[in-house]
Amino acid sequence: MMSNLIKKVGGGLALAMYSMLAQAEYALNLPQPATEIARQIFDLHTITMWIIVGIAVVVYGAMFWSILKHRKSVGHKAANFHHNTMVEIVWTTIPLLILIVMAYPATKSVLAMRDTSNPDMTVKITGYQWKWEYDYQQDGFKFMSVLSTPREQLENYNGKSDKGENYLLEVDNPMVVPVGKKVRVLLTASDVIHAWWVPEFGIKQDAIPGFIKDSWFKADKAGIYRGQCAELCGKDHGYMPIVVEVKEQADYDKWLAEQKTKAAAASKDAGKVYELAELKSMGEKVYAANCAGCHQAKGEGMPPVFPALDGSKMVNGPKQAQIDIVMNGKAGTAMPAFGNQMSDTDIAAVITYTRNAWSNKAGDVTQSSEIKALRK
Amino acid sequence: MEAVHEHGHDHHPSGLMRWVTTTNHKDIGTLYLWFSLIMFFFAGSLALGIRAELFQPGLQFLQPHTFNQLTTMHGLIMVFGAIMPAFVGFANWQVPLMIGAPDMALPRMNNWSFWLLPVAAILLIVSFFVPGGAAAGGWTMYPPLFIQGGISGDMTILAVHILGISSIMGSINIITTIMNMRAPGMTYMKMPLFVWTWFITAYLLVAVMPVLAGAVTMLLTDRHFDTHFFNAAGGGDPVMFQHIFWFFGHPEVYIMILPAFGIVSTIIPTFARKPLFGYASMVYATASIAILSFIVWAHHMYSVGMPTAAQLFFMYATMLIAVPTGVKVFNWLATMWQGAMTFETPMLFAVGFVALFTIGGFTGVVLAIVPVDIQLQDTYYVVAHFHYVLVSGSLFALFAGAYYWLPKWTGHMYNEAMGKWHFWLSVIGFNITFFPQHFLGLAGMPRRIPDYALQFADFNMISSVGGFIFGTTQLLFLIVVIKCIRGGASAGNKPWEGADTLEWTIPSPAPYHTFATPPVVK
Ligand code: HEC
Ligand SMILES: [Cu+2]
Repeated sequence: MMSNLIKKVGGGLALAMYSMLAQAEYALNLPQPATEIARQIFDLHTITMWIIVGIAVVVYGAMFWSILKHRKSVGHKAANFHHNTMVEIVWTTIPLLILIVMAYPATKSVLAMRDTSNPDMTVKITGYQWKWEYDYQQDGFKFMSVLSTPREQLENYNGKSDKGENYLLEVDNPMVVPVGKKVRVLLTASDVIHAWWVPEFGIKQDAIPGFIKDSWFKADKAGIYRGQCAELCGKDHGYMPIVVEVKEQADYDKWLAEQKTKAAAASKDAGKVYELAELKSMGEKVYAANCAGCHQAKGEGMPPVFPALDGSKMVNGPKQAQIDIVMNGKAGTAMPAFGNQMSDTDIAAVITYTRNAWSNKAGDVTQSSEIKALRK
Repeated sequence: MEAVHEHGHDHHPSGLMRWVTTTNHKDIGTLYLWFSLIMFFFAGSLALGIRAELFQPGLQFLQPHTFNQLTTMHGLIMVFGAIMPAFVGFANWQVPLMIGAPDMALPRMNNWSFWLLPVAAILLIVSFFVPGGAAAGGWTMYPPLFIQGGISGDMTILAVHILGISSIMGSINIITTIMNMRAPGMTYMKMPLFVWTWFITAYLLVAVMPVLAGAVTMLLTDRHFDTHFFNAAGGGDPVMFQHIFWFFGHPEVYIMILPAFGIVSTIIPTFARKPLFGYASMVYATASIAILSFIVWAHHMYSVGMPTAAQLFFMYATMLIAVPTGVKVFNWLATMWQGAMTFETPMLFAVGFVALFTIGGFTGVVLAIVPVDIQLQDTYYVVAHFHYVLVSGSLFALFAGAYYWLPKWTGHMYNEAMGKWHFWLSVIGFNITFFPQHFLGLAGMPRRIPDYALQFADFNMISSVGGFIFGTTQLLFLIVVIKCIRGGASAGNKPWEGADTLEWTIPSPAPYHTFATPPVVK
């Protein structure tokens, strides 16, 4: 155990040293900015650091000089001064002046980053435990964005670490925006506070349940930009990344058209009646993406925080109660309201699946029309 | 000094009952110090759990929910169980000795304020074993997340209440003692700086602990009685909790650093053999910091989307705090300047404090600037920043004070060689742990995550190695303390050549009762 640890630590140190040398460009600073605001932040940070370096040279210079020269062991005799009004006034006013100089550009940047007026487009972003929803309200479609790193990569108890390049920073459906357009984001959350953060854009805004806050960004260049939820939001806080794909206008228009067709197709399908097997297999996917985080892959849950669905009294009882908790959630617990997160078909599918998966054998089918009837 | 044995008639109980019933400021100080040391090791081992998990990407030892419990409880216990009680322990021992008082003004309340602490500690530790585990919503307890938790949430709230009551009683005692029991001739502006800083800290505590109590009570009623203070669906506002919490939380930061300033301002003049530079400006700087600490709270929450004008106000106010803090650092430097310094362990820790706390001060200025903070809020940069002010700040000052006064408390000199090892290994381990975290934060690693993207792997590994060096080094301190209590060279009344406060006029170890007749201060 111990020798293993020592090996690991020693190996780790060696590895760290090696990769320091190998990687010429090491991340010691803020990421390369991809928006005007991020550039201002980068520059502000640089200026501040240079001022600090200047002050540090004086402070540490004086400190080390006196440590070296004014010690008893080199025979230095103690002076007896303990007061000097002039000096004290000087070292109070100089820092004050420096701070005023720093405050000026900072104020300008604050005003710029808070100016959300005249956007080219607006996207509403909602944080859920633990995924993001992007709602293109003007274009009439929305989608969920969930971590797409496979579970096996996360839980490497056997010490294997065959992790992908974008480990923990990849999602199934990224947010997509056009390059060079001012995108206003409206942020809110449905359960707890999250924070939407893309470092290269210099944007971080808390998503607060019950409130809508706005912010904006305008990307300079097409590309893929990655960030993470920045406010502790429970168990899987580390697993709700943000990916923004910035496309050229033409590509964006193409993507937009595709999304609109998909949305139209889905609403046409809405009233369709499915077989049990069909619904079950659709429900399995819905379950894996939306429920397994809490109730676990095999419905075993993590009692007492997250109840098991496998063998649950409610799931094996009349379906009304179960449909109700899935659609409306349960206040004061982590169980979210899925009513306005998921389509009728998805809800019907996941209800059917959970009632007929594992050891649950309700045998009944829930159709999307039943869910639709419950929405008024 | 005056004969101790004339008090032979007040028979105090022995054994365990001595400690349970004691009203003696020295006994109670000792209890506080041992309690905080135990809590320090407990919360420290939680931190080692965190660093073990973060040694490599992927989940190795802890599930995410357990990881969140560790970060939450590490923070809560270090703040409320280790750092704060340790400073109260110093106040109990040293305030009466430094102002020439026979004891604290309210000795029975003193006993009670200590004995509340173990109750709170037991609640917090037991909460790990209740269904659902310990609180996992962060030491800041933000709703709605905190409201989701299990029964441990209620235990945590109760513990915070108890700790708050204890702190308030302790502070009332300190204020009363300082106001009423100073030796004849000791005017306010002759008080040692340690006494001054605690005087101001005690006022801060009395002002803000009730605010925290209010905030957690609202959490409790939100959890159980549907009051919806922090629930938008019921007309409340989750951000209101953050405002209330940080109205307590920012002064709390200074509660943990002002007494540290006091200790360092006592030790540096002693070992520089030169009076403290700018005594009056030190007092005024402490008071200004305390007052300003009430109007900067929202700099912990720049990203909630408050009005632009509010962001600007809190930015300017926060930057302003750098001025009195800078004055303090300059004063310590001017005290060292032209001195005749020696570097025994207390001085090493005090100079280490000045050097490293200053780094925390610098990053504080970086974080004060709203646009930069938007980038760095809730990242490892913040983690690095507050560990530079709380570990190389508060904790180093506590070590400095412990080495400085151990001879007075035990009558023995500690082992100087081991003290120096403790210092150097701590400095090295600390910097290996926390310096790379600045880079992690800049590169974009959020705090409070159990696993991270591959680009953060190297610095996390280095940081974990440093964490284990720092953590194990602290066992050395325990050994030094135990050895020092057991024996060692006799300390004499005054082992430090340059010391000039009243505690050095009495024998070592300090007799059970001191200053029965007050000394006269010229
Ligand atoms: C964020 C965590 C979380 C997610 C995601 C989640 N649940 Fe739950 N769920 C809970 C919690 C917590 C409870 C317990 C509520 C209570 O205390 O009654 C619960 C309860 C339930 C119950 C009642 C179980 C019983 O025996 O009482 C059902 C049914 C259920 N969830 C279904 C689902 C479905 C279907 C999904 C996916 C669409 C889902 N949950 C997603 C946390 C979650
Ligand atoms: Cu989140």
